[in-house]
Amino acid sequence: MPASSAAVLQRELQAHGWRFYGPLLALAAVVAAGFAAFVHMETEGHIVTGMDNQIVWGMPHVFAVFLIVAASGALNVASVASVFGRVAYKPLARFSALSAIALLAGGLAILVADLGRPERLVVAMTHFNFKSIFALNIFLYNGFFAIVAVYLWFLMERRMNRFSAAVGLAAFVWRIVLTTGTGLIFGFLVAREAFDSALLGPTFVVYSFAYGTAAFVVLLQAARLWEGRRTEPETLVRLGRLLGVFAAASLYMTTAFYLTKLYMTRHHGVVAFLLAEGGIYPLFFWLGQVVLGGLVPLALVFAPGATPARVVAAALAVITGGLAQMYVTIIGAQAWPQPIFPGWQESSSFFDGEIHPYAPSAAEIVLGAGGVALALALLAIGAKVLRVLPEPCTDSSSPQPTSPPAKPR
Amino acid sequence: MSGTDRRGFLGTAAAALAGVALAPGIRLIEFAAARAPEEPASAKVRWGMLIDTAKCASGCDACVRACATENGLEATGRPRTDAQWIRKVELKDPKSGRQHSAPVMCQHCAHPPCVDVCPTGASFKRADGIVLVDMHTCIGCRYCIMACPYKARSFVHENLSGQRPEVPRGKGCVEGCTLCVHKVDRGDGITACAEACRAAGHEAIVFGDLNDPESPVSRRLRELPNRALREDLRLDPGVRYAGL
Repeated sequence: MPASSAAVLQRELQAHGWRFYGPLLALAAVVAAGFAAFVHMETEGHIVTGMDNQIVWGMPHVFAVFLIVAASGALNVASVASVFGRVAYKPLARFSALSAIALLAGGLAILVADLGRPERLVVAMTHFNFKSIFALNIFLYNGFFAIVAVYLWFLMERRMNRFSAAVGLAAFVWRIVLTTGTGLIFGFLVAREAFDSALLGPTFVVYSFAYGTAAFVVLLQAARLWEGRRTEPETLVRLGRLLGVFAAASLYMTTAFYLTKLYMTRHHGVVAFLLAEGGIYPLFFWLGQVVLGGLVPLALVFAPGATPARVVAAALAVITGGLAQMYVTIIGAQAWPQPIFPGWQESSSFFDGEIHPYAPSAAEIVLGAGGVALALALLAIGAKVLRVLPEPCTDSSSPQPTSPPAKPR
Repeated sequence: MSGTDRRGFLGTAAAALAGVALAPGIRLIEFAAARAPEEPASAKVRWGMLIDTAKCASGCDACVRACATENGLEATGRPRTDAQWIRKVELKDPKSGRQHSAPVMCQHCAHPPCVDVCPTGASFKRADGIVLVDMHTCIGCRYCIMACPYKARSFVHENLSGQRPEVPRGKGCVEGCTLCVHKVDRGDGITACAEACRAAGHEAIVFGDLNDPESPVSRRLRELPNRALREDLRLDPGVRYAGL
């Protein structure tokens, strides 16, 4: 079968009037609250956040990095169709691509809003230090927008369908590089014991498969609920199996990462802190990342008789586990003191040698929620104006609808 | 005019002429370390410091106070968010109980991780080894704080007022020890912390040109066993520690 979804009728989001604008207004209200939090932070300074000079990346980064990682993973469904030739996923490719763009936009909006000098975004876009993985990521993110937009266009434009497989492959390679780059923002930080591992590159890639697929399942289900319909059970169950494989792979990468750390005696302290003694971090790790993000979804999707409801529950569990993972990875790593004088007990007015406390402020959480709402609103508006949702949402062998008529593209 | 007078006059004139000719030279030597604003920093010098922990007194924070005064750093009573360009770290060997005290500030690495990670190039190293932040291009992402092995940088969390004109600072940017670059450039030849340490009678901080083998800092580095902090990272810091 050619790499196109031309055989399947694709339609815009089927919600009209208040049924569409009501939820959209609710999302807009959250976006507005996020914007207000942003203005508050920029007017007063980061003093209104829970971040300080020890925990410099906080809740906004947890939300932002999760969204960015999930964005690249949300493209999975399209990649599985275009790159790996699984025709069953082809009808969902457009929605997958649009979800990827929306999630990335939401994540980046949070990152920019959290900058100390966000009005200097133009500086970040015109001054580049190419040794910085952060600067390279600016190219990777912008390139991702461009390449996925072209991919979406080729999927939607009948004349360009024949090129969609090639662009899909390019997008797949790009998203692997992008997520590797996101992981290496942390992995290349040799100063901090909890990072300092190139394993974080591939680990983030595998996490992104899980988080993105989970996000896609929830977004698809949300779109169908918004339309007042149900998602085709076979679609969800199929996506559930994919999600299960990715959740298992995530557990494997997590195990490999911490075992690597544990093999090095100098890292025993930080691993003990994150996984056993560090209060909220072990709780988030075991209950959030491992149980909710790994074991629960595995049980839900692989136990006999998987149902669509169980798949959606598994996806929500993976998302919750993913946010917990980001909290442990980003904030837990900073809470652990940096060894400036290894072997010595350190104390100072700058809190050397101490576990650093962190409590996110309302402004940070609202800013993060605003970014999530922005991603959802962008996706809703995109789905409302573009024919990205299959009708019905199933594989190409399913019966085609007879009414209402909509022009196949 | 007699012959003797002529000789005397010529001698005086020659001496005066030599004085006129040499005087600017003497002045030039006196201000050799000063740098004209349009003159770029030179890689011929590498500014650095030796911190002799054997001379650093526990409980003495003269260097920290001098830095705050020199650079206009005011405590707000919120130490977790206040900028700290230099701090005294109290050290204890858990096995032997041996204790040390040492000031820690930006180590002005030859291979600074903060410069590597800065997306815009706002973090930069001058030719003379001083690591600085360009306050016009810092976007406040704090990646340099994440990358610094010495916790040497601070993010400005609040609105500031009354900054010193020679020390640019502002809310939303990252900052750290400049090695008193404004003093170095005007030829003071010493940082505020080293000056205060000397005034307190300790002389635990010796500042100077690491490239000049005859500078006091180079001489002391030859005399005392010393090391860099986090030597394993091989960043070649400009600040060295003796006595640890």
